[in-house]
Amino acid sequence: MLKKTLSLIITFDATAQAMAAEKLLLARGLPGRLIPVPREITAGCGLAWKAPPEARAELEQALDNGGVIRGDSHILEV
Amino acid sequence: MENLIYLDNAATTLKKPPAVVQAVASALSCVGNAARGGHAGALAAARTVYDARVKLAELFHCPRPDHVVFTSNATEALNIALFGLLGPGDHVISTDLEHNSVLRPLYALEEAGTALSFVPADRLGRIDCSRFEDLIRPNTRAIVCTHASNLTGNPVDLARVGRIARDHGLFFIVDAAQSAGAMPIDMEEMHIDVLCFTGHKGLMGPQGTGGLCIREGVEIRPFKRGGSGVHSYDPHQPAQYPTRLEAGTLNCHGIAGLSAALDCIKAVGVEAIAAHEERLTRRFYEGVRQIDGVRVYGDLTFPRAAIVALNIRDYDSSAVSDALSENWGIATRPGAHCAPRMHRALGTEEQGAVRFSFSLFTTEEEVDAAILAVKTLAE
Repeated sequence: MLKKTLSLIITFDATAQAMAAEKLLLARGLPGRLIPVPREITAGCGLAWKAPPEARAELEQALDNGGVIRGDSHILEV
Repeated sequence: MENLIYLDNAATTLKKPPAVVQAVASALSCVGNAARGGHAGALAAARTVYDARVKLAELFHCPRPDHVVFTSNATEALNIALFGLLGPGDHVISTDLEHNSVLRPLYALEEAGTALSFVPADRLGRIDCSRFEDLIRPNTRAIVCTHASNLTGNPVDLARVGRIARDHGLFFIVDAAQSAGAMPIDMEEMHIDVLCFTGHKGLMGPQGTGGLCIREGVEIRPFKRGGSGVHSYDPHQPAQYPTRLEAGTLNCHGIAGLSAALDCIKAVGVEAIAAHEERLTRRFYEGVRQIDGVRVYGDLTFPRAAIVALNIRDYDSSAVSDALSENWGIATRPGAHCAPRMHRALGTEEQGAVRFSFSLFTTEEEVDAAILAVKTLAE
């Protein structure tokens, strides 16, 4: 059985943006990892950033300040 | 191959940094398909590709890594740029220095209604950059030119031509096949809209790699359409760069090697590579230019691409190249060099020319051996 946890999912419109996000967030020691986009979400890119929901503000701010173009953020069980 | 004196680097750099070989071998056993899933192998591929975009953007001063698009070579990049920006009713200006990778797409566009003009080369293969302005018409849309002739090594002053293009609102498309990695290129300073490069020459990466660096706001129509790993239910090719121009699986194994090569270039420095190649080119030129019966083509001023093209007496250039290979183990390129307009300008349509081209891995001893061989053949 697949184990689900409540997570923050940040989407991207292009793979290059997802890779830019990973590079930036890992370099800053911020939480999360790239996962295939869950089916509940419609996104251009097949990769999304999954992290604990409480990291949302910190992650979004880091991405915006770093010039990464992000899509929507979602909180859902995945 | 150990005793080979490889002086055909304008065709491809045969001697690569060892890290390139290792990177390709490693990628062959550990990368999946970039942008096709989220497992470790797919992510390793996506990271490899993205890292290479970042390094290329830095090398060429392309502001956005996601505007670095991978192709299989400079020819594909040039076809994408030219067919994606130009159409019937447009006018485009190019030069006599161009390779067929520019000329043949232009001639195909001409057949479909695009008008062409060429800045002529003189007997030394030089162009007068002020001529670009004379050729501009109300419907001129772009200037496309090489950074350096693949036949003589003569460069084009990109900063000057770029200013003309910018001042007249024209796209500036550059073929950097002979210069990328070996001559400094700054897209911003030179006002380049689309820079087309190959990975296997001066960048010292594997064959099958190349690409375009695109200025933000330049909208190139897709050249091919297909799988992208994103927007799968959209019937159209996604609009975002680089996906817009990268349908199908990328050559991640080759890109891994190119990425390693870019690390080597950064460690050595493009200026240092250019200085090394200039020393060798000068040494070779000074060694052969006084030999009775040798004719060197082009304007041997510097900076230039590390190329010297010559003929010996009225000998067939293919016979000279073959003798160099058979008797001395020296690899050169004879004949016509896919640059028909330049051969006409130089007067070498019949004889062709023997091209000697150098790289970071060429040594002074190899250059001296080539000088001696040319001298012996000319006697």
